[in-house]
Amino acid sequence: MEKTAAETNHAAPVAEQAGMPGLHKAIFAVLLAFLVVLPFLVYPVFAMKVMCFALFAAAFNLLLGFGGLLSFGHAAYFGGASYVAAHAAKVWGLTPELAVLCGTAAAAVLGLAIGALAIRRQGIYFAMVTLAFAQMVYFFSLQVPFTGGEDGIQSVPRGDLFGLIPLEDNVALYFFVLAVTFGGILFLYRIVHSPFGQVLKAIRENEPRAISLGYNVNRYKLMVFVLSATFAGLAGALKSQVFQLSSLTDVHWAMSGEVVLMTLLGGMGTIFGPLVGAAIIVTMQNYLATFGAWVTIIQGVIFVIGVLLFREGIVGVISRWIKRPL
Amino acid sequence: MFELLGIPPQVLLGQLLLGLINGSFYAVLSLGLAVIFGLLNIINFAHGALYMAAAFVAWMLLEYLGIGYWPALILAPLIVGAFGVLLERTMLSRLYHLDHLYGLLLTFGLALIIQGLFRNYYGISGLPYQIPEALSGGRNLGFMFLPNYRAWVVVASVLVCFGTWFMIEKTRLGAYLRAATENPVLVGAFGINVPLMIMLTYGFGVALAGFAGVLAAPIYSVNPNMGADLIIVVFAVVVIGGMGSIMGAILTGYMLGLVEGLTRVFYPEGSAVVIFVIMAIVLLIKPEGLFGRTA
Repeated sequence: MEKTAAETNHAAPVAEQAGMPGLHKAIFAVLLAFLVVLPFLVYPVFAMKVMCFALFAAAFNLLLGFGGLLSFGHAAYFGGASYVAAHAAKVWGLTPELAVLCGTAAAAVLGLAIGALAIRRQGIYFAMVTLAFAQMVYFFSLQVPFTGGEDGIQSVPRGDLFGLIPLEDNVALYFFVLAVTFGGILFLYRIVHSPFGQVLKAIRENEPRAISLGYNVNRYKLMVFVLSATFAGLAGALKSQVFQLSSLTDVHWAMSGEVVLMTLLGGMGTIFGPLVGAAIIVTMQNYLATFGAWVTIIQGVIFVIGVLLFREGIVGVISRWIKRPL
Repeated sequence: MFELLGIPPQVLLGQLLLGLINGSFYAVLSLGLAVIFGLLNIINFAHGALYMAAAFVAWMLLEYLGIGYWPALILAPLIVGAFGVLLERTMLSRLYHLDHLYGLLLTFGLALIIQGLFRNYYGISGLPYQIPEALSGGRNLGFMFLPNYRAWVVVASVLVCFGTWFMIEKTRLGAYLRAATENPVLVGAFGINVPLMIMLTYGFGVALAGFAGVLAAPIYSVNPNMGADLIIVVFAVVVIGGMGSIMGAILTGYMLGLVEGLTRVFYPEGSAVVIFVIMAIVLLIKPEGLFGRTA
């Protein structure tokens, strides 16, 4: 039988004990404490960008690392939600939380439509189908008037949270973004460690056996696809609020590639890998921005090295050293 | 002159010809992908980048060495094919025991590197490449004007596709290849050097992309992004056709080019997405692809 991508990647034995293991609790606590002081140490917008991409990569990892499905078109949900949220905030004048919800809902619907078609093929075809549909969303975004074509949707107002708390200030917005992304990542953690997550794992390891046990495999695949698309959308919608901008970059295939890279680098099928990968890639882009095309080349090199020598990713390697799932 | 649904025949035939040209590129590229996939079980994401690289090689041969179109049509695919062999030996061959997805990720990384390098050194504005003298101009067919070079692209692509089909389906070498696709271990046990065959197959698939790149150079300006968007459409073509059959890949390529051309006449806004819409319909009706075999 063929091995799935995540199977080769020392998948962690999860959810053997009830509740969150102490180590994970400690890491989440330290991470939260760090993130609370972070906006006073670095530029808050940069920190918010990292958090948005961390949520995006974690959502993508739910599908690849835990569902064993490689989508090469996650930019469609990220960028699609970003457009809808920006439109909702700017044209409909919705408050930030409602705008983000609109964007997220749009990503869920898009994920349902594309997912229902894509799960009809497996493996390599699945990747090509998702990529092709994402390209369709890209062309669509290029042509329809509401996205603003090449210009995108600019100067999106940040508005007042619940109509009460103004988010113009970067630090205020930071804590909104922190609450949503951290909550989102904890929710994804919960999904992975739920009975639903266990069924996903069973399907990933041995699909025919899961079918013979009576699981409706396609329904599970579609559910995880929609969940992943929804959280990718949540990340994209937040990003449009942070940068007050929604553009074609967010729906381009290069964005789909970036999220794959973040997950691969951090460690597929690990809890913390995507967060580490996102932090590294975003930081790298930030420092190398002046080098133009070199950023693409370096990303390509990381891909090649990652696939050839380093398939477990950073967190995967650490997890193996300390013999504990991370 | 007659008119069809209010569309003058010149417009219709002109767009059909354009569609046939795009179809030629779809056919040659998806053929290369299918040949590689058959033996290596890898989807070559770098296919578009190598197609672009061959167009640049043709341009460089002319610019730096004064080597013209006709030698370049042979040389550039050979150079790019040799580069493909190098990639296969040094990198891809390490991944055969793993999931197919790693091959996709690796070749995606390679595509980023190749595109990034060309973008760095040649910018994104595009470089002109002259149509060779023998094929410049065109002829008036009475009902439409046919540029010679475009006719040549169609003829050349049909010849290459037919040649590849003939080699794989009708010769002894092709029989080895098909046998190795079915069961590489058994073929190896008969004393056939399967790793060598895999290496040359990848090189050949890449050379096909290179051939398409040189054909494309005089039509489109030579620029680093020419392969990136094309390859995604070709992926959709491959999903529609299914990679099980060589002839299927070729026919699907031409057919979808024509459909795209027709869409440009009757509903121009839809021409960029029509292939993706067809892909959605095929997934609904016949998920394994028009010429695909059920796994």
